[in-house]
Amino acid sequence: MSITEYNGSALVAMVGKNCFAIASDRRLGVQLQTVATDFKRISQVHDRLFIGLSGIRGSCFGTSCTSFPVIAGLGDEDKPFICTMDSIGAKELAKDFVVAGTASESLYGACEAMFKPDMVTERSPISCTLLSLCEPEELFETVSQALLSSVDRDCLSGWGGHVFVV
Amino acid sequence: MESIFGLVGDGFAVVAADTSAVHSILVHKSNEDKIMVLDSHKLVAASGEPGDRVQFTEYIQKNVALYQFRNGIPLTTAAAANFTRGELATALRKNPYMVNILMAGFDKEAGASLYYIDYIATLHKVEKGAFGYGSYFALSLMDRHYHSGMSVEEAIDLVDKCIIEIRSRLVVAPPNFVIKIVDKDGARGYAWRESIRDAGVAAA
Repeated sequence: MSITEYNGSALVAMVGKNCFAIASDRRLGVQLQTVATDFKRISQVHDRLFIGLSGIRGSCFGTSCTSFPVIAGLGDEDKPFICTMDSIGAKELAKDFVVAGTASESLYGACEAMFKPDMVTERSPISCTLLSLCEPEELFETVSQALLSSVDRDCLSGWGGHVFVV
Repeated sequence: MESIFGLVGDGFAVVAADTSAVHSILVHKSNEDKIMVLDSHKLVAASGEPGDRVQFTEYIQKNVALYQFRNGIPLTTAAAANFTRGELATALRKNPYMVNILMAGFDKEAGASLYYIDYIATLHKVEKGAFGYGSYFALSLMDRHYHSGMSVEEAIDLVDKCIIEIRSRLVVAPPNFVIKIVDKDGARGYAWRESIRDAGVAAA
């Protein structure tokens, strides 16, 4: 098992209409053993910028870490920005979604299947009047379902998720 | 292999550690205290390479004391845990300490807390934690029987259940354990659970 698979993680960020969502799983493990199910992988830098770190949790910042960051933020005019990097800083910019972690391959598949451009975070008022059910917040639902279905196929990540929508 | 485990109760935290000092197939002693009283309201249960264990925990203890001398107030448990993690992380890429730590403490504001710090400097605040082969038994038992706000009696009962399980199910099981507790009145030893006592040296 490689060092990047030591703790287990799943991270995903998605772009919506003038918004973004970033989500992670909650498991902290030591190889096969689960140590905690409430681990926070995503940190807020300021109110429009979040960073999530997958990979090894023990690495010190500033030297060569074996962490794979996922960065999501809102730029000028609320234009959403997401990217991920490998452990030596090779950036992957994407217009739709980025993924990282031990569940990354499942996440690629789930996101590719579920993603639509310009998803919203507010409820649609039109559907509320016709149906008794309101349309769920699209971006939040998409990110959550993609995350949960992917981590269910990865034994090193899971135990719920944290989702941030900005 | 060394086992340590601990949990947080109602206004207290308890940690237990085995007390065998082993070198290859030989048990040097069976009453080695692996839970250090870091300061008045903190306990550090450590397992791992014996030299590193003593060296590193004493280093942390003296630095925590130095902070108190210099600043007039003690470190909080969270601060001590983060300092410990920082020292482990700094040494990790040069000369790593092979020590796993459960740090238990009591602070007036934060109450009782337990921190899981492994040898590659993973830090996480937990309600229950364990290291070693015994963790496979202790964690499962604690998952089943633990609830937040346990009383001292309930917590010690759970600790004893874990000790009995480790003794009966682990192939090279440590026979003896030490239990220490920390609450608003401070950090102190609670009990020893011995099934093998070192025979005293016969008088000449």
